[in-house]
Amino acid sequence: MRLRLEKRQPLPFGARLALPFVAVAISFALSFVLILLAQANPFTVFYYILQGALGSRTGLAETAVKATPLVLTGLAAAVAFKARFYNLGGEGQLYLGALCAAVLGLRLAIPRPLAVPAIMAAGCAAGAAWALCAGVLKARCRVDEAVVTLLSNYIVICVVSALLDGPLKDPRTMWPNSPPILDCARYPILLAGTRLHAGALAALAAAAAVRWMMKRSVLGFEIAAVGANPAAAAYAGIPVRRTVVLVSLVSGGLAGLAGTGEVLGLHYDLVEKLSPNYGYAGIVIAMLGGLDAFGVVCAAILFGVLITGAELMSRYTGVPVFLADVIQGIVLLVMCAVFVLTNYRVRVTRCGEKSPVCNARGAAEGGAR
Amino acid sequence: MLQNNKISWSDPEYLVEMRGIVKRFYGRAVNDRVDLTLRKGEVLALLGENGAGKSTLVKILYGLYTPDAGRLAVRGRPACIRSPRHAISLGIGMVHQHFTLVSELTVAENIALCAPPARRGVLLDLAGVERRVRDISDRYGIRVDPTGRVGELSVGERQRVEILKALAGGAEILVLDEPTAVLTPGEAAELFGVIESLKRGGAGIVLISHKLEEVMAVSDRVTVLRGGRVVLDTDTRRTDVRALAAAMMGRETPAPSRRAARKPGRPVLDVRGLRARGAQGHEALRGVSFTVREGEIVGLAGVSGNGQRELAEILSGLRPASGGEFLLRGVGMRGATPRRLAMRGVGRIPEDRMETGAILDLSLKQNLILERYHLAPFSKRYRQVPGEIDACAERLVAEYRIAAHSIEIELRTLSGGNIQKAILARALDPRPSLILAAQPVRGLDVGAAAFVHRRLLDERDRGAAVLLISEDLDEILLLADTIGVIYRGELLRVCPRGEIDRDRIGMLMAGVREGTR
Repeated sequence: MRLRLEKRQPLPFGARLALPFVAVAISFALSFVLILLAQANPFTVFYYILQGALGSRTGLAETAVKATPLVLTGLAAAVAFKARFYNLGGEGQLYLGALCAAVLGLRLAIPRPLAVPAIMAAGCAAGAAWALCAGVLKARCRVDEAVVTLLSNYIVICVVSALLDGPLKDPRTMWPNSPPILDCARYPILLAGTRLHAGALAALAAAAAVRWMMKRSVLGFEIAAVGANPAAAAYAGIPVRRTVVLVSLVSGGLAGLAGTGEVLGLHYDLVEKLSPNYGYAGIVIAMLGGLDAFGVVCAAILFGVLITGAELMSRYTGVPVFLADVIQGIVLLVMCAVFVLTNYRVRVTRCGEKSPVCNARGAAEGGAR
Repeated sequence: MLQNNKISWSDPEYLVEMRGIVKRFYGRAVNDRVDLTLRKGEVLALLGENGAGKSTLVKILYGLYTPDAGRLAVRGRPACIRSPRHAISLGIGMVHQHFTLVSELTVAENIALCAPPARRGVLLDLAGVERRVRDISDRYGIRVDPTGRVGELSVGERQRVEILKALAGGAEILVLDEPTAVLTPGEAAELFGVIESLKRGGAGIVLISHKLEEVMAVSDRVTVLRGGRVVLDTDTRRTDVRALAAAMMGRETPAPSRRAARKPGRPVLDVRGLRARGAQGHEALRGVSFTVREGEIVGLAGVSGNGQRELAEILSGLRPASGGEFLLRGVGMRGATPRRLAMRGVGRIPEDRMETGAILDLSLKQNLILERYHLAPFSKRYRQVPGEIDACAERLVAEYRIAAHSIEIELRTLSGGNIQKAILARALDPRPSLILAAQPVRGLDVGAAAFVHRRLLDERDRGAAVLLISEDLDEILLLADTIGVIYRGELLRVCPRGEIDRDRIGMLMAGVREGTR
C-alpha cells in the first residue's frame, strides 16, 4: 500500500470558510484524549473552561483582556504573511512598544487625552522601526526576513532584561520591574470592577482598519499582488520593494501597539514576563484566522477563552493550566494538516508483492463498474 | 511478473491499450471514457486544444496520475501504473517539453543517472554506458557524442539525449510532448528522421503536437481529443488539415489571413547596440540594433536561448542592460522601471504568462487592472474605486471574449487561452504605442491563437508599433512586416518580409550565415 499526494482543485468558498471550525473541532476531540490521560472528565473540563471564560462578567472581561494583545499580534502577522513577509518578530516588536510605553509613561505629565495617543503613537513607531530593519534588509539586500526578525526578538528581550536590572529598575522594590507609570498615561477602564481597558477598543479599531486596508486601499491591492506572485507584480510595475517596506512598518507597528497596550492598560509597568509569547501566538492566530482581520479577531477570542477558562478549570478539576497551551499547539498542527488535505488529495494505492502489474484486476473491475 | 494476471480482454497486438479511461478533477471529468491504442511500429498523434485532456491522459500512461475508472494494458497485459519508475520498467519513456538533464554532466553520465546502472562491482561502468549509448545511437541514427557535456549542447541535441535516455531505459513506447516546439526547422527534420528509424525498429510513439502540418507529415494515426473525449480516431492518410482543425475545435475557423500593412510611420522604438549579460554571466546580447515604426510588426525569429528573453526583459524594464540604449519616441529609456514604461505607452505580453504575466491567485478583475490600479479612475488617493474597476473588467471580458462566469473568480481557474486573453486585454486596453509580444501564442489552441493574432494585426492597423518575438516561424511569416533573426545574441539580418524566404530564415536560425550556403 502506498500513500500519495495529488494536487486538487481549489475548494469552493463555503468549504474554505468552514475549515477553521473543522480544525478547531478536531483539535478539541484530540484534546479529549489528553484530558482522559490526566484522569479527568473531558466534558467537565470543557464545561469549566467555558464557565470560567464566558460564565460571568469578570470572566468575559478577562477573556477580552487576554484577546486584546492577541488580536494585535495576530493582525501584525496576518498583514505581513499576506505579503509573504514572514515577520516572526512580533514578540520583540511587542516588547519595544512596551518599553516605549514604560519610559514615556513615567515622564509624560500631560493630560490623558494627549498623553495616551502620544504614547500609543510612540509604541507603534518603535515596533515599526524595529520591523523596518528587516523590511529594508529584505527589499535592498534580499536578506531572509524570517531569520532576521526571529533573531532580533532575542536582542530586544535581552536589552529589556538588562534595562530592568539597571536604569529602569524601580528603586523602591527589589524586583526587576520598572516604576509604575503616571495615572494620566493609563488606558481608562471600560467596565468598573474588572480589568477590561480601552485597549480592547483600540484592538477592534485596528482590526477594522486593517480589514479596510486589505480590501479597499491601494496598498491592500499591492500587498495581495506582491504576496501572490512577486515576479508578476514586478512585471506589472507594482513597486514590490516599497510594498515590502510599508508592510514591515504596518506589521511592526501593530505588534508594538500590542506591547504598549499591555503596559498602559494592564500592568502599568514593564516586567520581564510581560508577554507569555503573545508575539508567537499571533502567528498561530493569523493562520487560524485565514490571514483575514475578522478571522484574526475570532481566533484571538477563541484563544482568550482557552487561556482564561483554563485557570478556573484547573482549580476545579486539578488538570494543569498548561492544557490551554497544549490545545493551542494541537490547533496549530491540525490547522496545518487541514490546509494540506484541502489543497492535496491523498490517494491510496494497494499493490500485490513486488508485482509490476499489480492491481490489474482492480483496474479491470473499476472499468467494468 | 505474475503470469496468472493475463486476462483475455486485451489484444497483444497493441503495445498500449487504454480503454474507457476516466479521470476527474474536483468532479469535472478531464478524461471521459477515453480510448487510446498504440501498435508496434506506429506513430500516433495526439491532438487537442488546451484543456482537451491530452496531458492528463499521457500522465496516466506515465504513472503520474491514477485513473478513476478504465483499463490499461501494456503489451496485452493488464497493468496499473503506479509511478514513472514503474512506467519505465514497463518500457514506457517520456520526453517532456522541459528537459530534465544535468548540464554539468556528460551525455553518458546523464543517461547513467536514469537507466539501470551499469556497474563493475560498486563502481559505475561509465565506459559501458558510453558503449551502450553509441550502440543505441548507431541503431537509430541519433547523432550525439556520449562524452560531450550537456551544457554545451544545442536544444536539438539535448532533446536527442532525452530520447536516448528513454531508449537506454529500455523504452519501446515513447511519448513525445510537443517535441518540435523548441527546434529549428532543420532540427525538426532530423527529429522526424529519428522517429522514422525508431518506428522501423518496432517502437510505438505517441506524439503530442499543436502543429497540424507536422502531424500530417509524421504520424500514421491521429486521435483527437475535445473536452476530455475522443472525437476522432483515424488513419492519417484518410484525413486532412482542415478536418483535423475542425475536429479539434468543433467548428471550422479560418486562420487570420495576412493583411497588407500600410506604409510604416515614424519610429517608435529605437534599439541601439543593446548588450546584456545572461543568468550565467555570459554575453546574452551582443550589440543588437533595430527600429520599430508606427503601423509595423517587426518579427524576431530565433530558437529560444539566443538572447530573446534578455532582450524582452530589458525592454520590459525587468533587467538592466550592460551596454547600448533604447529610445521610445526619441527618449532614452534605459533603466526605466516597468511602471514608467507602461505609463509611456508600452503594452507588454510576456513569454511566461503563468509566472510573470499574471497573478493566478488574484481575481480576474484584479489581473485586468494590474498595471493601472493606482491611476484614476480605479483609485482615488489611497482608496480603490470598486465600481470603476468592475465596470472596466466587465467591458474587457466582453471585448476580448474571455470565457469566465464572473470577474471575481480566481484567474487560476481559467484555461491558458483565456488567461492570455486577459493579459492581452490588460496590455492593449490603454492603446499602447508600442507592443512587445514575446511568444504570444505558445501553447495556445488554434482558436485562441487566431484571436491573439487578429488583435495584434488590429493594433498594427491602428498605428501601433509591434515587436513580435517568436520561435514559431509560421507565426513570424504570418504576422511580421519586417523580419529579423536573432542568433547567439546577435541580430543576423533584418529585412522586409518579401525579401526572405522560409528556408533562408531556418538556416539563419541555425546560425548558418549568408554566403556560407
